Parts: sequence; structure tokens; C-alpha cells
Amino acid sequence: MSDRSSPLHQLHVDAGASFTDFAGWQMPVRYSSDLAEHHAVRTAAGIFDISHMAEIEVTGTESGAFLDYALAGRLSAIALGQAKYSLLLAETGGIIDDLVVYRRADDAFLVVANAGNRAPVVDALTQRAAAFDVTVKDRSDDISLIAVQGPHSRGILEATPGLAGFATPLDELKYYWSTDAMFGDVPLIVGRTGYTGEDGFELYISAEAAASLWTALVDAGAPFGLVPAGLASRDTLRLEAGMPLYGHELNLDTLPVQAGLGRVVALTKEGDFVGRAAIEAGPPTDARVLVGLRGEGKRAGRADYLVYDGDEAVGVITSGALSPTLGYPIAMAYVDAASSAAGTTLEIDVRGSRVAASVVPLPFYKKEDNHG
Amino acid sequence: MAEPQKLQYTAEHEWVLVDGPVATVGITAYAAEKLGDIVFVDLPKVGSTVAEGKVVGEIESTKSVGELFAPVNGTVVEANDAVVASPELVNSDPFGAGWLIKVEYAALPELLSFDEYSKLTGE
Repeated sequence: MSDRSSPLHQLHVDAGASFTDFAGWQMPVRYSSDLAEHHAVRTAAGIFDISHMAEIEVTGTESGAFLDYALAGRLSAIALGQAKYSLLLAETGGIIDDLVVYRRADDAFLVVANAGNRAPVVDALTQRAAAFDVTVKDRSDDISLIAVQGPHSRGILEATPGLAGFATPLDELKYYWSTDAMFGDVPLIVGRTGYTGEDGFELYISAEAAASLWTALVDAGAPFGLVPAGLASRDTLRLEAGMPLYGHELNLDTLPVQAGLGRVVALTKEGDFVGRAAIEAGPPTDARVLVGLRGEGKRAGRADYLVYDGDEAVGVITSGALSPTLGYPIAMAYVDAASSAAGTTLEIDVRGSRVAASVVPLPFYKKEDNHG
Repeated sequence: MAEPQKLQYTAEHEWVLVDGPVATVGITAYAAEKLGDIVFVDLPKVGSTVAEGKVVGEIESTKSVGELFAPVNGTVVEANDAVVASPELVNSDPFGAGWLIKVEYAALPELLSFDEYSKLTGE
């Protein structure tokens, strides 16, 4: 593993962060308390450095057609400024990565991939681009990504000195849309996107300008209750929101429909796309499906713990924690279809003892819908 | 709060305060910090027999699970119910209100001094 660090690393050190290795990057896992950081995002706001994520530019006259072929969704259909969650599939229909794609121009898109999948995503896109008039460029080293998440996020961005020139005012920017803006004389992209289940924004800016933007946001956000938040809280937030994490809920052996992501695959789009034949054939009839589990008591099932229906092992947990917001244990698990109906009572083997858990719909947590 | 310099330690990041026939056991600030916010503590019952080096409880944070090892052979004479009710005490006061169990011990094994433990953690 390499030992890369973010352009914001020294700021995190100065703020007293603890670090963890994530996909070869030294990233903040928490600054003081991951529970406090979690609650701040639910009730006020948190700021995350996610500069480890990969940004790949796709440009050229056939960019839309290329992405329709290379990815699972119909990216040619999204409007300028719009963002879309998508999947990069293998020929087998398995998932190489989950992505967010922003349309930057008629002939330009920005593809955002997980840090751990940077190389496979760049390789797959580059190979698939051969027959198209497009250029695929890995911009990950040039671009930093800062997420401001939580109900006070918009007020914080609007109060940040130097952050201005929003092509679309933030109060008009809808969920999963983006706008160009300026920080001083540095251009940036502001997407109303995130990975916490809360209102919030993701800011893409040049690595050189990232530290001063971070500092400006932190200073402007303090009166709003903004705190720096690490990957530990990011994980419990996304779990409560029922959002999959690559390597846990998603992998090369899982078809989108098993992960509850069938809607992400645009089977009605014209032409072929990588993985289409396998997706149309569907998973084996005995394939497991992703469910939410609500456990009793306080002991959480965690990744790789087995799930039982009576004496029979019917599944395995992919992510789990004691939910900070809800106060009870939650988990995502792949279980046999016969045991997957909401309301089914199952048991989790928590280090040798059985804990009752019931199948519940995802997400576990949904914010009050009080913005545009 | 006990003074860390006056406690003894194990390589499993536990501290031991010996007072007559009873050893009070907790986890160190270093261990609590590494675990993150502690959300669940499972302790052995009063009266149960514990054996040195054996797992007798669990300390769970949002992100991970730590095991509580008995540092001595003996009998549990008290378990800290306050910590079971409020696991965050282990983070906020690991050497004080966040103590875990008291064990009436048969014999004391060799434990680490503060200096030896500090070397172990590099702090």
C-alpha cells in the first residue's frame, strides 16, 4: 500500500485528527468524537475531506454515447449541471465501481469514483473509449473534494467569504444538480450531492486552493455548528441512509439488482452497454439480496457476521453498527430471497451468541424533506 | 481519577490498580482513543471466576469491538454498572469513572509499569 495523503493533511494534523489507512490514503478517521461528528451532521453540519476520491474527465463529441455504452445508466439524457448516480459494470454484470457523474457541458462529463477503484475505473473507461471520439483523463491528482453536509450546509456556503459567483443560486439548486462557482479567482464545481442522507454539498476545487477553501468554510461554519468530520462518522451516516459502500455491499460478484440497484441500470436505452447481456439474463434464482436488519438490544452485527433463519445460515452482514441517530443496531446484509421479506425475524451470530433482528426497508434513516 | 503513573498495565491496554486484595481494572486512555466512541460495554457478572488472559467482556465502539481480558486470576467482586449504562464514561474518564471491574485476585502476575507501558504505545 502506498501512503498518500490529502493536500489538506496538515490542517487535519493541526486540528488533532486521528488517521486511518483508506485505500492507501492516510485520511482523518475522527477529529475528537465520531459520535459527536455524526450528530453534528444530522443536526447542524459537518465538513469532510474526501480528496482521496477519483475524478475522471470525459470530453469529446461522443461523450454521451460513450458513457451510455460504458456505464449502466443513460448518461446522455442528463442535462447540463445535472448529476447522476451510476455503476460501472463488468461484462459479467458484476460491479466494478459505483460512481457519480456530473454533466459539465454538452460534450463533457466528470466521473467521480471511489479511491480504491481509481485504477480499474480509469482502465475500464479508457479501454471502452477506443471506438468513440472521446478523451478520458484522470484528474484525481489535480482536484480536491470537500463535502459540507447537514441541514445548515447552504447557510454556511452562502456565508463563506470569497465563495461566490454561483451560476445557479444555492436556494434554487436541486438535489443531484451542480453549479459552477468561484472561490476568489479559483473556479470550482458545487454539487448538491453527498453520502450522508442529509442535505449538503460537494465542492470540487484545484488541489492548490483546497486548503484555503477548507479554512474559509470551517471559519464561516463555526457559528452554524459546523465541525470537521472523519471517515468513521461518514460510514455510520451513510449506513443509516442505506447507501452502499463498495467492497461491502458492492463488488464484482454482485449484480445491481441484488443490491437493490436495478433502477440504476437503464435496460431500455438504445444500443449495447457493457454488462447488458448478463444483466438481462439476471442473477441465479437462488441469488441473495441486500436487506436492512434492525437488531434488538445494543450489540451490533458487523461485516462478515452470519445471519440465521432458525438453524439455517441464510446470509451474511456487509456493514453494521449501533445507529447513533436511531439508538438501535442496524446492518445491511445479503440474505436468501426466501428470508428477505420485510418483517421476517432472523438472528445474527454476534461472536457466538444469537441476537434477534428483523428485516426492515432501507433506508433506516430519512431526513425531513424541507429543501428544494 | 487514578494517576496513570501509579497504575500497572498489561500489553492488552488495560490498567490495574491494586488495593489490598482487590484489583480494579479498566482500559487505558490510549485504548479508548484507538477504539473511538464506545457505545456498548459487556462485563462479567459479580461472583464469576476469571482467569488471567481470558476474555471476560467486550467494549464496542461504533467502528470496532475490543475484548476485555482478565489481567489476573480471581473472582469478580464488582462490575461498573455506570459504565454499562453510560459507555461514554470509558472515553471521558478511562482511569476514573470509566473503570470496568474489581477482581479479588489469588496472586498478581507480572504487570507493566507506567514507563514500560508508555514505551509499548510509543507515547
